[in-house]
Amino acid sequence: MVALAAAPTASAETMPQRVVSMNVCTDQLAMLLAADGQLISVSSLARDADYSMLAEDAAAYPINYGRAEEIHQLSPDLVLAGTFTTRSTVAMLRRLGIHVEEFAPETSLDDIRSNLQRMGSLLGREDEAAELVAAFDTRLAGLGSDRSDLDVAIYEPDSYALGPGTLAHAVVEAAGLTNVADALGVTGMGRVPLEVMVMQAPDILVTTDDGDGVRVRAEENFAHPAFRRVAATSRTLSLPGPHWVCGGPFTLDAIELLQNAAADIADGRP
Amino acid sequence: MRRAAGTKVLLGGLSLLVLMLFFLSLLTGPADLSPVDSLRVLVSPDESALTLVMWEIRLPRALLGLMIGASLGLSGAVLQGYLRNPLAEPGLLGVSASASLGAVIAIHSGLAAAFALSLPLMALLGALASVLALHLFAGRTGSALTVILAGVALSSLAGAMTSLVLNLSSNPFAALEIVFWMLGSLADRSMVHVYLAAPFMLAGGALLAGLGRMLDTLTLGPDTAASMGTSMRRLGVLATFGTALSVGAAAAVAGAIGFVGLIVPHLLRPLVGSQPSRLLPASALGGACLLLAADVAVRLIAPERDLKLGVLTAAIGAPFFLWLVIKHRRSAA
Repeated sequence: MVALAAAPTASAETMPQRVVSMNVCTDQLAMLLAADGQLISVSSLARDADYSMLAEDAAAYPINYGRAEEIHQLSPDLVLAGTFTTRSTVAMLRRLGIHVEEFAPETSLDDIRSNLQRMGSLLGREDEAAELVAAFDTRLAGLGSDRSDLDVAIYEPDSYALGPGTLAHAVVEAAGLTNVADALGVTGMGRVPLEVMVMQAPDILVTTDDGDGVRVRAEENFAHPAFRRVAATSRTLSLPGPHWVCGGPFTLDAIELLQNAAADIADGRP
Repeated sequence: MRRAAGTKVLLGGLSLLVLMLFFLSLLTGPADLSPVDSLRVLVSPDESALTLVMWEIRLPRALLGLMIGASLGLSGAVLQGYLRNPLAEPGLLGVSASASLGAVIAIHSGLAAAFALSLPLMALLGALASVLALHLFAGRTGSALTVILAGVALSSLAGAMTSLVLNLSSNPFAALEIVFWMLGSLADRSMVHVYLAAPFMLAGGALLAGLGRMLDTLTLGPDTAASMGTSMRRLGVLATFGTALSVGAAAAVAGAIGFVGLIVPHLLRPLVGSQPSRLLPASALGGACLLLAADVAVRLIAPERDLKLGVLTAAIGAPFFLWLVIKHRRSAA
């Protein structure tokens, strides 16, 4: 909230005309909110379906690779960066007198609301942001908040699981479920060896498997016979990477999918 | 005669140690399991999660540790005898790194997903290419220094190419993979990996294990060896293919694990009277001991971290290597 209060706001007359985003999360917020022609470039990852939920929309924007030189060439009046964007690049852009605003990645539903509002005020699109947040809250309220005693694990390649401090954990909580990683003491993204996951045998197993087979050795854990056996007895959902990278209105899709899976188990549906 | 008896005692002792470490490996892991129950489900498997863990996760890990360690120890002993170079070792000579490169290409080109056997075959090809390149650059008559320098160049090249393939991959996890292929790990391997690698490792091991007599004659010098009926060409072909088969298969499933093939033959050589025919079986057993022990250690030191095997073997192996270099320099001076 401090960041929100301190953020400079742009009125309709002074709204930035040449906005460049160089982070996959700010790319998506900006694409949702910017006026026609206001956003002149998004990062290359915005078009990558491994990271971005709005990869198709991003095809309409020229892309950048987040290098200070090419950003400067675009003569932007506002640059949107993530707090994980290379420090040296951000520092150089600021030295060149470019207005850079940094966004921390969303790790809770509140972060999604406040980042949407902040993006709205930076772009001079407060009304649009307020509408998006209102629609977000309406849909969230419609999803209900029943707690169930089912547990869920969100399992990534190379046997990493997502725990408290990640957006995925916030999604699990919002869906009224218990995160196995939390019970195992994982914070953030932590390794849960396959044998520990097998012994836990979660009710719902969410994998980030993109379903294109083992294209990188780290994905071999999804093909492991022991994992397959556990997956066969758990309710298994595949929600690829982009669901967990950045927050946005689409985060509610993940909550809804988890709730549906839990309801299917509760009602004994196959 | 006394020496032969001593070798038998040594091989017996090492076999016992391998067996103990194999069971220790089965009983070590991040999940807190009762040792008694663990061993019970190994004998009589049931439908429990425990059976799944023991049969599908811990057993393949222990089996791979055993076979990969034996392959590395054996090929290290053969390479040292054949190149007559105390510093020869599949890791240092770039054979493991080149095999890793082959495996990485198989996985990232999608070949391995379409045709599982392409993984060990590509690794084998990588290993073979590196041994042939070593022959080409350093030759059998090359000095110890030339062989090592060529090996260093090949290692760096294969490592750089592996990094390049992974850097160019669009998969977000690819870049993290560089660590696995450079340092090696047995975490979360499966019986599929055992079935893929074992035939190659066994075939390679069989080729290498039969070279003892020829290597014995070679200790008397190439000319004497030739006069005693040892065909250098035949020895070279068998040593090359044997190493490529066993090290290639090992690297395909566990990455490049260094220094095992260097340390083990050196530690055991004084105990077998420097006779290659006795050193080979001892090195195979010793390699299995070292790798199983290292793999138990990585799980005890950092159970949740997937500490890479190569970190441990290099931490022990690199100082050992330096000590060998100093010793080598003294004896050369």
